[in-house]
Amino acid sequence: MAAIEIDGITKRYGSVEALRGVSASVERGEIFGLIGPDGAGKSTLFRILTTLMSADGGRASVDGLDVAQEYRKIRSRVGYMPERFSLYLDLTVEENLKLFATLFHTTVEENYALVQGIYGQIAPFKNRRAAALSGGMKQKLALSCALIHKPSILFLDEPTTGVDPVSREELWEILGHLKRQGITTLVSTPYMNEARLCDRIALMQEGRFLEVASPSAIVARHGRTVWAVRGDRMSRLLVDLRAHPAVETCFAFGDRHHVTPCPGATTRHLREEMEAQGHREVEIQEIAPGIEDCFIRIAGRPDVKDE
Amino acid sequence: MKTLRFLLEKEFKQMARHSFLPKLIVLFPTLMMCLLPWAANLEVKEIHLGVIDRDHSPLSNRLTHALEASGYFRLVAFPESFPRALEGVTSGATDVLLDIPPRFGEALERGEGTRVFIAPNSVNGTKGELAAVYLSAILKEFSVALRAASSPVSPAPAVEVATLHRFNARLAYKPFMVPALMVMLMMLLCGFLPALNIVGEKESGTIEQINVTPVGKFTFIAGKLIPYWLVGFAVLTYSFLLAWLFYDIVPVGRFGTIYLFALLFVFGIAGFGLIVSNHSATMQQAMFVMFFFIMIFVLMSGFFSPIKSMPGWARAIAAFNPLNYFVEVVRGVYLKGSGVGDMTRPLLALSSFAVIMNAWAVWSYRKSR
Repeated sequence: MAAIEIDGITKRYGSVEALRGVSASVERGEIFGLIGPDGAGKSTLFRILTTLMSADGGRASVDGLDVAQEYRKIRSRVGYMPERFSLYLDLTVEENLKLFATLFHTTVEENYALVQGIYGQIAPFKNRRAAALSGGMKQKLALSCALIHKPSILFLDEPTTGVDPVSREELWEILGHLKRQGITTLVSTPYMNEARLCDRIALMQEGRFLEVASPSAIVARHGRTVWAVRGDRMSRLLVDLRAHPAVETCFAFGDRHHVTPCPGATTRHLREEMEAQGHREVEIQEIAPGIEDCFIRIAGRPDVKDE
Repeated sequence: MKTLRFLLEKEFKQMARHSFLPKLIVLFPTLMMCLLPWAANLEVKEIHLGVIDRDHSPLSNRLTHALEASGYFRLVAFPESFPRALEGVTSGATDVLLDIPPRFGEALERGEGTRVFIAPNSVNGTKGELAAVYLSAILKEFSVALRAASSPVSPAPAVEVATLHRFNARLAYKPFMVPALMVMLMMLLCGFLPALNIVGEKESGTIEQINVTPVGKFTFIAGKLIPYWLVGFAVLTYSFLLAWLFYDIVPVGRFGTIYLFALLFVFGIAGFGLIVSNHSATMQQAMFVMFFFIMIFVLMSGFFSPIKSMPGWARAIAAFNPLNYFVEVVRGVYLKGSGVGDMTRPLLALSSFAVIMNAWAVWSYRKSR
């Protein structure tokens, strides 16, 4: 039995269709990532799976329990960390942890082993009010509270948004550690580079799953040769590259443009053509395609976040 | 049970750590009980009286003294003419004018009738009206006394209407106002504060984190309401104490009766608060809706103006106002010593209000999910 089964879930808010029939299945013990830009419907799906909201259509089950019928049972088996920090700011670190342990009919001592690695780092500040914690510490506290009842499935809604790179890396290490303990994790992120850290991902856009597979399978299926191009005047270069017959698509990726060349095109040829159009310091390098390149190819739009 | 206990503990901790809630809980009833009975007072005293005495006879003098001695009036002006007197009214210095005509004393001594003219300033309608009523009552007393003294053979005994105010003989305003203020306190502390608190959890997102735990909705709501109810009843007791200390007002009836009805009232008004919280996403929204209802509840509760003197449609609306019944109960217990048996109508009304409001609250919660 899969940890999470999603079958044709739809949800609309007034005239906005947030989810247009998404289906996927998350295996036990895997880290499953929902990757997509803001407004793709990631949080809505989280709220439906954590029984905070009911779907308009379709079925879903979590840990073998139906989200509509057996929501009470689900609640004691999942841990949920919303996108926004939502613990009690006027309670201390320790009080928050104790409160959630009690609400889940357990004690901090009983499952301390599970959170030790995370909580241990904020334990020195256990008498500090949650309001006075830094962003990274708040997140560790939220994760501790979501784990204190030893859930079988963990839901993390954009845990790395607005978090510093060091804390972000730490979080992914923790997720790997939890995976070894048999906990299934559903995690969403708008950062494409984090997709590689998941076992499988669903690329999401406008309420649909574009593709559900492992990151390497997605790259293998959709990845084509990608050239990273840079020059002295990047914005004009983008226009000229797009107009060039040897270029199929071209998108701005931070300090470089990623070009998907037409078959038969060569880097040397393209560089010479660009230099002929007045560009200086043109550098073209062939690189391995990333998830983001694939996402853009599948979605046809470059509306994804890059670090 | 253990969950509820922990939620209560959490709620009290948060309440105590709040930057001003604990102060408010003490300060609010204290200020309300100490200031408002003096301010929210419809007793009219210190009426500024202007007398235009065109007679200057011993009798007109006696009348003026009688007015001053009544305790309601303060003689502020002795204008010469009516236009001059009116200037005083226009400027607001005089509340009521008494125009004594020439040969007033002479006419009375001969046993003839005479007329005086009363002109109240009705900018403050209540004050003007009451001033005119007091003034004519004193004039009547004055003329009766005069007639009795002047005719050695007593004339045909006139029928006199004697008014005896029961339960509040001096028609003092404070014993009337203080119990109503207690009701207001209970409404705000036990009905509206917990609802605002729930909306606050909605706004901060903490309610979501609670909703994914196995905690039942009823446990959660009970965990919210009970602390405020305990505080509310403590504050009620505190205001009983203040009423006794400051105004020497103690109920003729039993405290138990008030507590019993308070429980019913609080249950209903909390249900009302929950409905508001279910339909509001932010504190601001909830505050605004509540403010709107507080105004209607208070003004249509007989708090200031008696319901019986309202037009029919207003009385019909007031019949659905829980505050109306609870004010009636607390005043009844304080002034008349009413017991539960005497107040079956408020008992029924408050019970049905409690049942309906809470059923509605549960229904509207289901719908909003």
